[in-house]
Amino acid sequence: MKPRHKRLAAIGIGVVALGVATALVLKAFEENLVFFFTPTQVAAKEAPQGRTFRIGGMVEKGSLKRSGVEVRFVVTDMAKSIPVVYRGALPDLFREGKGVVAQGQLGPDGTFAAREVLAKHDENYMPPEAAHALNKAALDKAQKSVVVPQ
Amino acid sequence: MKWFWYASPETFYPLAGTMARASAVAAAALALAGLYVGFFVAPTDAQQGEVYRIIFIHVPAAWMSMFLYLVMAFWAALGLALNTKLSAMMARALAPTGALFTFIALWTGSLWGRPTWGTYWVWDARLTSELILLFLYFGFMALQASIEDQRRADRAGAVLAIVGAVNVPIIYYSVQWWNTLHQGASVSLTKSPSMAAAMFTGMILMALAFWLYSIAVSLTRVRCMIREEK
Repeated sequence: MKPRHKRLAAIGIGVVALGVATALVLKAFEENLVFFFTPTQVAAKEAPQGRTFRIGGMVEKGSLKRSGVEVRFVVTDMAKSIPVVYRGALPDLFREGKGVVAQGQLGPDGTFAAREVLAKHDENYMPPEAAHALNKAALDKAQKSVVVPQ
Repeated sequence: MKWFWYASPETFYPLAGTMARASAVAAAALALAGLYVGFFVAPTDAQQGEVYRIIFIHVPAAWMSMFLYLVMAFWAALGLALNTKLSAMMARALAPTGALFTFIALWTGSLWGRPTWGTYWVWDARLTSELILLFLYFGFMALQASIEDQRRADRAGAVLAIVGAVNVPIIYYSVQWWNTLHQGASVSLTKSPSMAAAMFTGMILMALAFWLYSIAVSLTRVRCMIREEK
């Protein structure tokens, strides 16, 4: 083996070893790298108890209620859901049926008192007409499934 | 060994000049086309309205920030293994451009985050790992600048560049591996893009423009280094 091949092999082995080491470290830190907990995780008591943490999920359709500066809504991941209370202005992209991340504390009654609410949007970009057509298609499909065939 | 013909700075110098000029012209043309498509042709987004248009700068810049780091690490590793002067020069020349694109990605992302998420910055895995990438570029440049002997500086820089390369897949997959505020990828090699065709075209044009810009400036930087050495 020429010296340059030796060096190349050493670098290759170094990179692989480093990659494996990093993967193990990341695996070990997995829980601390989580930005938010889902309602299912909270229900399973995986979220930190008695401390501030973030919950994330979908704002349940029809759950948003405003009374003055206080807003109440339900965060769901389709399996479990958590009622949230928040005092303040919501971000522009906050919508029912869309993603949300809220930071705060879980009260003894199971209500999450949020101090900060962030909107989490998805990676789909489309013109309004396309979004409208998609919504309409979904609605038609839903209606058809409800109608009992004669 | 025909491969090493252009590894000599003297033979590479004129070739780099021609490539840099051609890339610069193409980059300018593609950027104009990309910005035109992005601002005038691409439709308004149903969810975000007009604010999403920052995607035409943000995403290509973020792609380049990661890609350039890998290219830099590749040249650094090659320089370390083969002891070729030009490889180390390539690595050195790419670092400032990579840092620039990382900064642009973070900056535009922050400006985009405020009106959509409701915050300029959060410490989620995607944003944090991209910030680490900026520090890696800065670290590489600082290390290179702090060592007087260029050969030793290149060797030290190469080790840092190679070690830092593990961060790139972490940035890329962060949105899949962990819960993040940042959304997933709209465009990837494994699935069709989840965006309107005109939006996708604008983004690809801008990505090509950034790519050619990177070639033009880094080759020009290499030419300066070759001249300085003589």
